Amino acid sequence: MATETNIQKRETPLAQTEPVRGGPLYIPAVDIAERGHELLLMADMPGVRADAVDIQCERGTLTIHGKVEPRQDVEHTNYLLREYGVGDFRRTFQIGEGIDAAKIAAELREGVLTVHLPKAPELMPRKIAVKANV
Amino acid sequence: MWPTIRMNRWSASPFDELRRQMDRVLDDFNVGLARPGPLSRAVYPALNVWDAGDTLCVEAEIPGVAKGDLEIYAIGNELTLKGRRAELSGEKLTYHRQERGAGEFTRVITLPTEVDADRVDAVLRDGVLSVRLPKAESAKPRKIALKAV
Repeated sequence: MATETNIQKRETPLAQTEPVRGGPLYIPAVDIAERGHELLLMADMPGVRADAVDIQCERGTLTIHGKVEPRQDVEHTNYLLREYGVGDFRRTFQIGEGIDAAKIAAELREGVLTVHLPKAPELMPRKIAVKANV
Repeated sequence: MWPTIRMNRWSASPFDELRRQMDRVLDDFNVGLARPGPLSRAVYPALNVWDAGDTLCVEAEIPGVAKGDLEIYAIGNELTLKGRRAELSGEKLTYHRQERGAGEFTRVITLPTEVDADRVDAVLRDGVLSVRLPKAESAKPRKIALKAV
């Protein structure tokens, strides 16, 4: 039996910002987690190559965009089963001031984009040394 | 709720009646599963399947599944995809948002023709699995030569 792994691929409704390129646009499923000094954002972007990812961070918003070229000629393919569509992935997040935007880094592995969002140094937990009274 | 079992004077034995009623309950249950609806969405992964003449092509988006965690079986006209997406382990993570699932999946599909299991090839690239299944010789259309008399 399949476990709860199902992720329905969501298509973006025409939002305020419309893409220049035609074709469907999908919202990647994401996990956002925190550990020690950073936030981790993991997004499912199957079919996206590392050179086709665009990550932008400005004025408190982070946008991830992965371009996906069609893998089949949809018009002339004799589909027996068609359960998902193929197209770009895009999603925008609000990130607080607590992120050090200059140090954002990302990697793409097996169709999963991982963005590392380091916390700004002033927000890092600091250990306060207690001076002993001499 | 279980249906009440009524003893029928003409049934050969009470067990026959019980069995008949049980069969009916199970039939209802099976119909419920086959109906498209919220239940059928638990199927993973979603597949695109197409007929490319001599070959059947199956494609699935399975981001985050490592090559070693995926098994593919082709027998006759049946294709089985079995895999596992590992959860991020290691350091302690506090999740703020969790939309991506993790765990095991199995999906079996019946293909419209028999395939040549020895020549099936599968590629996993950037989280997209593409399986090419050449149709079995017996399933290919054959042109019949007419003999001149």
